[in-house]
Amino acid sequence: MADNLLSLRGLTKAYPGVIANDDVSFDIRHGEIHALLGENGAGKSTLVKMIYGLVKPDKGEMTFDGVPFAPAKPSDARSAGVAMVFQHFSLFEALDVAENVALGMENPPKPGDLARQIREVSETYGLPLDPTRTVGTLSAGERQRVEIIRCLLQDPRLLIMDEPTSVLTPQEVEILFKTLRKLKAEGTSILYISHKLEEIRSLCDHATILRLGQKVATCTPAETTARELAEMMVGASFSAPEAKPHSPGEVALKVDGLSLPAPGAFGTPLRDVSFELCAGEVLGIGGVAGNGQDELLAALSGERLAPAASVWLGPRDVSREGPIARRDAGLLSAPEERLGHAAAPNMSLIENAVLTGARRQGMLNNGMIQWGTARGFAEQVIRTFDVRTPGPGTAARALSGGNLQKYVIGREILQAPEVLVVNQPTWGVDAAAAAAIRQALLDLASQGAAILCISQDLDELMEISDRFGALNEGRLSAIRPVAGLSIDQIGLMMGGAHDMEVAHV
Amino acid sequence: MIHLERRPQPSRLWTATTPLIAVVLTMIVGGTMFAALGTDPFEAIRTIFWDPLFNTQFAGFTRPQLLVKAGPLILIAIGLSIGFRAGIWNIGAEGQYIMGAICGAAAGLALYPSESPLIFPLMILAGGLGGWAWAAIPAVLKTRFGTNEILVSLMLVYVAENVLASVSSGLLRNPEGMGFPGSRNFKEWDAAHNAEIVAGTGMHWGVVFAFIAVIAAYVLLTRHIQGFNIRLTGEAPRAARFSGVNPARIIFLCLGISGALAGLAGLFEVTGPAGQISIDFNSGYGFTAIIVAFLGRLNPIGILLAGLLMALTYIGGELAQLMLGLPGASIQLFQGMLLFFLLATDVFTNYRVRFGRSEVA
Repeated sequence: MADNLLSLRGLTKAYPGVIANDDVSFDIRHGEIHALLGENGAGKSTLVKMIYGLVKPDKGEMTFDGVPFAPAKPSDARSAGVAMVFQHFSLFEALDVAENVALGMENPPKPGDLARQIREVSETYGLPLDPTRTVGTLSAGERQRVEIIRCLLQDPRLLIMDEPTSVLTPQEVEILFKTLRKLKAEGTSILYISHKLEEIRSLCDHATILRLGQKVATCTPAETTARELAEMMVGASFSAPEAKPHSPGEVALKVDGLSLPAPGAFGTPLRDVSFELCAGEVLGIGGVAGNGQDELLAALSGERLAPAASVWLGPRDVSREGPIARRDAGLLSAPEERLGHAAAPNMSLIENAVLTGARRQGMLNNGMIQWGTARGFAEQVIRTFDVRTPGPGTAARALSGGNLQKYVIGREILQAPEVLVVNQPTWGVDAAAAAAIRQALLDLASQGAAILCISQDLDELMEISDRFGALNEGRLSAIRPVAGLSIDQIGLMMGGAHDMEVAHV
Repeated sequence: MIHLERRPQPSRLWTATTPLIAVVLTMIVGGTMFAALGTDPFEAIRTIFWDPLFNTQFAGFTRPQLLVKAGPLILIAIGLSIGFRAGIWNIGAEGQYIMGAICGAAAGLALYPSESPLIFPLMILAGGLGGWAWAAIPAVLKTRFGTNEILVSLMLVYVAENVLASVSSGLLRNPEGMGFPGSRNFKEWDAAHNAEIVAGTGMHWGVVFAFIAVIAAYVLLTRHIQGFNIRLTGEAPRAARFSGVNPARIIFLCLGISGALAGLAGLFEVTGPAGQISIDFNSGYGFTAIIVAFLGRLNPIGILLAGLLMALTYIGGELAQLMLGLPGASIQLFQGMLLFFLLATDVFTNYRVRFGRSEVA
């Protein structure tokens, strides 16, 4: 078919023990935005890697613009006209924008010419970006623009974007979508990977849904409801979390004028953060990554001590107490980074249970670890939260991201905290597991615990929070009830500090 | 093309067998080297590994040496391994060993010629404290000013060596020694002599302490929460802080334990096999113990075996020099090979080899 840019026919790729892609076929037309939709582990990444020449398919073939296409390495794919923006940026923080762009090119032009080209492209596509800025000073949205411009400079015919909006504010998402639509109008095809159903419905012309490595369907998302898409993705109808009615109790956690200097060169200082969190309540804290989320969690978990009288657990000032004392008092937390922060990668799940549960779960007897008790607790977490693993003796790093996340969150929830602080509780977790984690958080709140949920997923925050606030450059906005908040208001709360206006097209 | 693929879990089989494979490879390559030097490789290997223990002619003399040499190596390596597990690199055990010997000896000599049974326990205490204090210097500097403990502890070895040179010809010099450098000989002073507990075995109090240290370290690392915290700090420092581990306390604990054990080893050496404080009583145990710690994969039981093996190659190496006229450098090379092959085969516990085209994925 002449109007197809890229056709995939029967692509199959097996890894030891798992078939990542099984006989996948679909077409991407000229000048369309095609969504690739699926849970974690559905085989999206493997499929895209095959198109980009990072992985060689076991079976099947591709044609690009009518010509057989079998890239052996990414540079083959790039010379054919395929460009890719990865979910995790590969940028050097200490270099400026133009230098970073040059590093990703096969034959970079002279620095002066390159800066001019970057400006041209950034103006043409409405992506404001100064080529002389140091990348370390850019927001996540701006960093993504660096990656996009790097791709656009190669005049791609197919642009692959892997979960591009997960780090953006609503306003930045709008800017990105305008750019993508403009590219589409010029005839560039876009393969758009996401699990955010609403944005796929508003942006994409077609969507291909993968489940367990197989193609489920190709549909027109605008004519399909989000719920239908989700059910195709998950394969079964799943229940959205339900908040049980509850009335907030007394103030469980009070943060009063908390300020802390930035922990490092690229960290964010906390500036005069104040809020109150009541028993039985879920407070959602939104904001774009890197605006003080990690720092707030560290100040609450006790990893960094706070100035006296700034963190109160009920009537008790815990500002100067470390993680162990705060845990004893009922303040538990789960950081965003699973490997290396919430869990030790090379240690078993049993040992990782000791990491935070040693004292609350009675695993210690005169300082000696009761490994039997620890194993029992680990098994309980695995059972309750449906963690898929051969057993509690497995090393944490052997678990998939979603499963480890379930384990880490479950480990804190099962310790019956009075206050639970979580950062990105469902990041990288598939839809069914994310729903289970959110439900567990809501159940915990209905039992009278106070929950502070820091997240960059606004849908999640709107779904489970009673009240909402946003972090911007270490400042916390006013806290508002979620009921009645509009997306525009949320965007404003998340802050206009990053240049929001679209460059003049 | 050959490439390495990370295993999801470290392989237990490989963890257990790599030391054996390393010893076999060392024998093959080392034997080839000895053959190239014109010596019968089988005879050389037998002289190094077999004769020190079972030769009818001189095993009676060399066998006790095994424990005499292995004792301090194991005692020091156990302490070092605890720090290495936490990612705290104390390279200066040699200095702590010297300072432990000096402090312990000084505490005893101050009371000369008392025959009180409390003298030796007092000296043990002083020896441990001396090593502990010397190791506390890098700990204080690291926690206060963020200095690198590798450099500081290593530098302090040279300071300790100069202190040793000074006291052996000054402060602690034997007043009846006719002006020769070196302290009184502890072998001639029963109350302070670290004698063999069972004659003819080489078993002295230092060896007993080494065995106790092995057991204590094993219990600490596998059963006690502090041992867990030490391992956690080494595996994932951020997770350790999240768990509530105070990094400064771990630094003091680890450097303190390794310093105290090295100091004890020094005291037992100076009151036993060496006999006196002299300018060169230390024979590099503090550095060799680093190799022993890694050879034993930082595992207490492994260190026990590695210490014995290392001692064996030392005694056997000397024997081979003596009996077969092998050059000393070739023996050192042989010992170096052992460490090299051990570290090389260690890769296979975490990686598996794949043949064929590599994928960039």
